[in-house]
Amino acid sequence: MDSGAPNLTELDQLAAETGSLTGRKHLLSLTVENKPGVLARIAGLFSRRGFNIDTLAVGPTEDPNFSRMTITIDGAKHPIDQVTKQLNKLINVVKLRDMEPRETTAREMALFKVSAPVESRHEIMQFAEIFRGRVVDVSRKSMTVEVTGPADKIEAFERMVRPHGLIEMVRTGEVALGRSPADS
Amino acid sequence: MMEALKVEGVEYIFGIPGGANLPVYDAVHGADFTHIHARHEQGAGHMAEGYAKASGRVGVTFATSGPGATNLVTPIADAQMDSVPTVFITGQVRTDLIGTDGFQEADITGITYPIVKHSLMVTEASQIPEYVHEAFQIASTGRPGPVLIDVPQDLGRAEIDYEPNTKPVELAGYKPSVEGNINQIKIAAKALASATRPVIYAGGGVINAEASEELRELCLVDDLPVTCTLMGLGSFPAPNEQWLGMLGMHGTRAANYAMDEADLIVAVGARFDDRITGKLSEFAPNAKFIHIDIDPAEISKNVAAHIPIVGDAKAVLTALTSEYRALQPDGTRLAEWWGRISEWRKEYPLTYKDSKDSTIKPQAMIESLNRATNGEAIVTSDVGQHQMWVAQYYDFPQPRRWINSGGLGTMGVGLPFAIGAKIACPQETVVCVTGDGSLIMTVQELATAVSNDVPVKVLLMNNGHYGMVRQWQELFWDSKHVAIEMGESPDWVKLADAFGCAAARVDDKADLDQAISDTLAEEGPALLDVRVDPTENCYPMIPAGAAARDMVG
Ligand SMILES: Cc1cc2nc3c(=O)[nH]c(=O)nc-3n(C[C@H](O)[C@H](O)[C@H](O)COP(=O)(O)OP(=O)(O)OC[C@H]3O[C@@H](n4cnc5c(N)ncnc54)[C@H](O)[C@@H]3O)c2cc1C
Ligand SMILES: Cc1ncc(C[n+]2csc(CCOP(=O)(O)OP(=O)(O)O)c2C)c(N)n1
Repeated sequence: MDSGAPNLTELDQLAAETGSLTGRKHLLSLTVENKPGVLARIAGLFSRRGFNIDTLAVGPTEDPNFSRMTITIDGAKHPIDQVTKQLNKLINVVKLRDMEPRETTAREMALFKVSAPVESRHEIMQFAEIFRGRVVDVSRKSMTVEVTGPADKIEAFERMVRPHGLIEMVRTGEVALGRSPADS
Repeated sequence: MMEALKVEGVEYIFGIPGGANLPVYDAVHGADFTHIHARHEQGAGHMAEGYAKASGRVGVTFATSGPGATNLVTPIADAQMDSVPTVFITGQVRTDLIGTDGFQEADITGITYPIVKHSLMVTEASQIPEYVHEAFQIASTGRPGPVLIDVPQDLGRAEIDYEPNTKPVELAGYKPSVEGNINQIKIAAKALASATRPVIYAGGGVINAEASEELRELCLVDDLPVTCTLMGLGSFPAPNEQWLGMLGMHGTRAANYAMDEADLIVAVGARFDDRITGKLSEFAPNAKFIHIDIDPAEISKNVAAHIPIVGDAKAVLTALTSEYRALQPDGTRLAEWWGRISEWRKEYPLTYKDSKDSTIKPQAMIESLNRATNGEAIVTSDVGQHQMWVAQYYDFPQPRRWINSGGLGTMGVGLPFAIGAKIACPQETVVCVTGDGSLIMTVQELATAVSNDVPVKVLLMNNGHYGMVRQWQELFWDSKHVAIEMGESPDWVKLADAFGCAAARVDDKADLDQAISDTLAEEGPALLDVRVDPTENCYPMIPAGAAARDMVG
């Protein structure tokens, strides 16, 4: 018997390909050619196929010919398999990785402008400290805090400061790299 | 550009000149290919598609910027939906005018992002030959499709050095798989050997892969039943004992019922379009699926595959046949299945009621054409009832003989497809079967046929209506008929005559065979206006969104 092919005797033994909806957030890391129109092609593909991008971060890489795009997308709503296959079909997409959460370092940066009258200023600074954030701008009425971390940390900080009056908030979207094996 | 096109072996280019592509046209003078001057860019684009579908080679179209380029949108979308290897080269305004709303500026690359396999915007003159080679490679390999190259006017006229390049281009982000995974193929062979109600479901990918012979070999191992999609007609020779006819919305009951009751379906180069699956949740409820396709994204897109095989149909079918044969499958296990299929065939053959008077039934027109050409013509069609009747009543014994628009369903393709196909295959009889609604959309291309001496035969199935729309309004919209009448305008014989095209009319079924033979015997392009029963509906039919077993008519 050939090891690669099980001794199939009944069709009932066959299972259909699964993986349409995974139910979790996916972080896709794309290496794309640095050419005009690449972003438009990718954004267009998402809208045409009815996929929603949660966050998108684009920037240069170690090689000037390529850019890195990090896209987060909800696997409870989208068949990730189709999303990655369609993205892979774009000629300008050179490499695509659906990052394995446990083997990935993901970070996002956010700026929070919080209403900060004298009486609550201290508490906000304490939150910033707990979250290893930095106060980057202060006025008499408000304070801007920079927080970096995985998306859930950013969201936790948001929950903390929202009751104080969140005036404005901006997030970069996550960027990510695969973790190196421990011995290297 | 001309040098690079020559290296790619281009023999014909279809197009129309204009300000922004004049540098390109200047070089057409004295180039090594023949330029076919179409009368509308849409026509040029469809001619290139017809050329590509008939020959398997890349079809090339030139158009100018702005309106020339936007007129190509329909053929580009058509080529994308039906996977036709094509390269569209558009002129663009000068680089210093881009983004200024310059005269005849349209962002054709931006407009066509969603409908191209790839596009290339030239930003430096030196890229031109390199992009031509890239475009041909991408258009013609893997799952074929349209590639657009947009060339600003000033870059088109720049002088560059170019060493003819015959090596394949290296593209980091493009590596189609050809060979299927052998372990998967082995599992597939075993599944097939243990299936008692198998069906082979063959599509346009078999034709693209030039894998008809391989498909036949597989089916001959032990008498497997085969059905083809609209785009796959001719990939398995018809008529044939093993062939169940076309499947899907207007397919045969035998084919659709076989899919409905199958225990194993082998999809080869077919993409589970909704015209096939009908109601997805009730599609082939008892079947496991082997899906062979060169495009990984097609696998499990609409129907989850049990045995996915990514690869070229030719390579995969060859391997699958030899694995299957080695298992020495027991052919008698299919006896009961064939019994069931034969019953359906006997009970529900494709049929229609002939008229009691002299009225020509549309189906009879196709049967007459089938007899007159012995099934050996290249037949193109437009979109509508006439298209379905050709699919049902014309027997295609070979691939690349049936050229139509399936995915986009584009009216107006028939005549330009025929012109392109005739140019690709000058020895073959090329017949365009069209409807009065469709033909008027691109009828100007009769001038192209006449002035370039392309002897295509146009058989107009004239029912005075948008027949297909009339049928839907009748069946699904309470016969509330709106905007479907074509009336008596134009007088097709006079119109063809004005173009310098031979023309005749027939409205008596006793004269039909003779009229068709006479038209086919004309030396130059010819049109036959066949007046058919305007009330005939195309059956059988799976109503949109219904299940195969609920076919009507
Ligand atoms: C009015 C109207 C009615 C219609 N009714 C019907 C109907 O009743 N029945 C019907 O079948 N269709 C019908 N159609 C057509 C339908 O819309 C689809 O176009 C058609 O079913 C698709 O055919 P296909 O699956 O063969 O795929 P195609 O569009 O031909 O796609 C080819 C597939 O093969 C793959 N492929 C390409 N090259 C290779 C290769 N080298 N190796 C392996 N795979 C390859 C591609 O990736 C793709 O998945 C109708 C269309 C119209 C306009
Ligand atoms: C460009 C375009 N416009 C509209 C349609 C919608 N449509 C589908 S079939 C059809 C009628 C076709 O009429 P005709 O060519 O006369 O063919 P018949 O059905 O009468 O055989 C129409 C309008 C289409 N498919 N393509």
